[in-house]
Amino acid sequence: MLLVLEEVRKSFPQPDGGRLEILDIPYFGLDAGEQVVLVGKSGSGKTTLLHIIAGISRPDSGSVRIDGWNITLLSEADCDRFRAKRIGYVFQTFNLLPGFTALENVLLSMYFADGRADRLRAKQLLERVGLGHRLGHKPPMLSVGEQQRVALARALANRPQLILADEPTANVDVGNQQIIINLLRETCREEGAALLLVTHSPEVARQFPRIERLEEINMVGKREVEQQV
Amino acid sequence: MNLWKIAWRSMQQRAVASWLTAISVGLGVALIVAVLVIHQVVDRSFRRGAQGYDLIVGAKGSALQLVLDTVFYLGQPVDLIPYSYYREFTEGRFVPAVRVAIPICTGHSYKGFRCVATIPDMFERLTYLDNREFKFREGRNFYAENYFEAVAGYTAARKLKLQVGQEIRPSGYGEVGKSQHEDEAFVIVGILEPTGTPVDRAIFLNLEGFFRCKAHQMGPSSEERMLRESEFRVVATSAESPEGHSSVLAGNGATGGSASEGTPSQESHEAPRHEGEDHAHEHAEDERRLSAILVVSELESNPQSAMALPRIINEEPYAQAIAPAQVVAELFDGIVGNVQKVLLILAVLVVIVAGIGITVSIYNSMSERRHEIAIMRALGASRGTVMAVILLESILLSLGGGLLGVVMGHTLVGALSPAIAEYTGVIVHPLDFQLAELILIPGLIALATAVGYLPALMAYRTDVAKCLIAAP
Ligand SMILES: Nc1ncnc2c1ncn2[C@@H]1O[C@H](COP(=O)(O)OP(=O)(O)O)[C@@H](O)[C@H]1O
Ligand SMILES: [Mg+2]
Repeated sequence: MLLVLEEVRKSFPQPDGGRLEILDIPYFGLDAGEQVVLVGKSGSGKTTLLHIIAGISRPDSGSVRIDGWNITLLSEADCDRFRAKRIGYVFQTFNLLPGFTALENVLLSMYFADGRADRLRAKQLLERVGLGHRLGHKPPMLSVGEQQRVALARALANRPQLILADEPTANVDVGNQQIIINLLRETCREEGAALLLVTHSPEVARQFPRIERLEEINMVGKREVEQQV
Repeated sequence: MNLWKIAWRSMQQRAVASWLTAISVGLGVALIVAVLVIHQVVDRSFRRGAQGYDLIVGAKGSALQLVLDTVFYLGQPVDLIPYSYYREFTEGRFVPAVRVAIPICTGHSYKGFRCVATIPDMFERLTYLDNREFKFREGRNFYAENYFEAVAGYTAARKLKLQVGQEIRPSGYGEVGKSQHEDEAFVIVGILEPTGTPVDRAIFLNLEGFFRCKAHQMGPSSEERMLRESEFRVVATSAESPEGHSSVLAGNGATGGSASEGTPSQESHEAPRHEGEDHAHEHAEDERRLSAILVVSELESNPQSAMALPRIINEEPYAQAIAPAQVVAELFDGIVGNVQKVLLILAVLVVIVAGIGITVSIYNSMSERRHEIAIMRALGASRGTVMAVILLESILLSLGGGLLGVVMGHTLVGALSPAIAEYTGVIVHPLDFQLAELILIPGLIALATAVGYLPALMAYRTDVAKCLIAAP
């Protein structure tokens, strides 16, 4: 198992002083190289779950093991380093740094991971996603589809074991959606990275061998569904 | 890719704000540079004037007034000393201690420029600054035997459009209203090269000719006497014919000759004796007065006598001897130095205010940056890294602004240097860097760190998960 979540709980403080429970996941696992799609209602906590897996936010309790490392026990700085080296993140809103060129965005990710930047690999990755001719362009000069492809190249830069993609096609035009999904799946396979992809689109979800519904792995969601029934 | 480049890109992204911030720092730094250069100008123009001789010997009284009058050709006229006292330096008991002694008499001016009566040795045996010799750009030095020759300093000649061969008629500025008179005409025979000293702004008359203008045979050693005698002098001048002058010349020459044969000890006793009686012998050499004697002492070949000289002069009742460099240094540090400190403090305050502008500029862009910082953190940058990026940006802004300021400051100095040269005689080059400017580098870095700390701390504390979700 590449990724194992056990008894992960997460709640957020509410304005009235109480806490809003979002996640209560007894178990969730992912094999190395596996490609899994995660679906769920808006606001059900998918992004929160990806943040916890990436170590961007910490669960209230429980453990998150990646390749044997329980990242909830790492110091913040170690967790940052761990994320930089082992996890690639593709955001719904791309989140490219607007002041940097496509190439620099990829190089930055390498720099944060180990202080060095492999220009050749960065170029190869951008060529792989079909942007060999856009290396010097800054994000505002790229189409949304191109921006998300830069983000994909950036996520792959440090040869991560796991790619987390949070609704990567939600902001992309229909014509580009399938291209992005294909690229994501192909490159993850080529790089040997596992892929955990969140989507709202049934068409996208259908293409994956394994589909997880957050409501089913998350006790909070399950309780809600039961209440409704 | 490195932190500097990340900070640089961040500045580029907000180019307008970055430029404005850097320029405001630059203006402050330009002000500092200007103050430093002006300080240098004032310092040099003050100190350099007093180089070339060790001592000024003049009437007892204010040392400062004597220096201002003798070195800078400024301020009120000073009391005079008898010409015979000068002979102590050329033939009398001070000879062993003296290498060069130049008599001068100030107190006259021509169209706003001071006239200094002296001897040709002033330009032949004295040097200025560090042993530079006076040179003539036009004409030549005046000859001792041509009584009514004069030479002009560079600036005076240029301002008054003086030409070699031109006649000028100096008038006394130290004399009260009704005794104003015109002198004999002096012919300009030479114009000096610029020296960067007050010499540039003066006109030098042959001392002999100066004395022979009957009107000044009376040195105004006291205001009362001057008033009393001025009337008489005017009468005498108008009554004298050219022939009358020459007869006086002959008489004076004879007196001079006999005096030079006299023993030094006699001379020294003569000086005080004649002081009280000069009104009785108007046309005699004893009536001649000097404002000062510039002395180069024999510090190398006869250091003991040379060192003792000022003490001996000061102990006697006839005159005082002062070291001009010392008086000038005191004057400079006491007055000009303080003004400069105040200016420098103001300039530093301007830079600090501009530095706070860096805080404001970065702080204002923080909401937009928070999202970028969150992205960097999500990519694996540590809190320390994003904090460093902000601090580096602050440092780049202030150092860039500082560089801009140094360039602006020196460009300003370059633009002003002709005017500075004209008014002060000090030649400043735009690339004349001050050692003090090096302090700007650590100073600006310290400032940038201080003013960048608040936004850097905000970067450090950015909540990644929250700011990633929040739209920029
Ligand atoms: N930092 C936060 N503070 C408080 N509430 C939050 C925070 N982040 C997310 N939430 C809440 O948690 C819930 C889940 O959000 P999210 O994980 O973004 O949902 P999804 O990605 O499935 O649409 C939402 O109701 C959201 O309002
Ligand atoms: Mg979401």
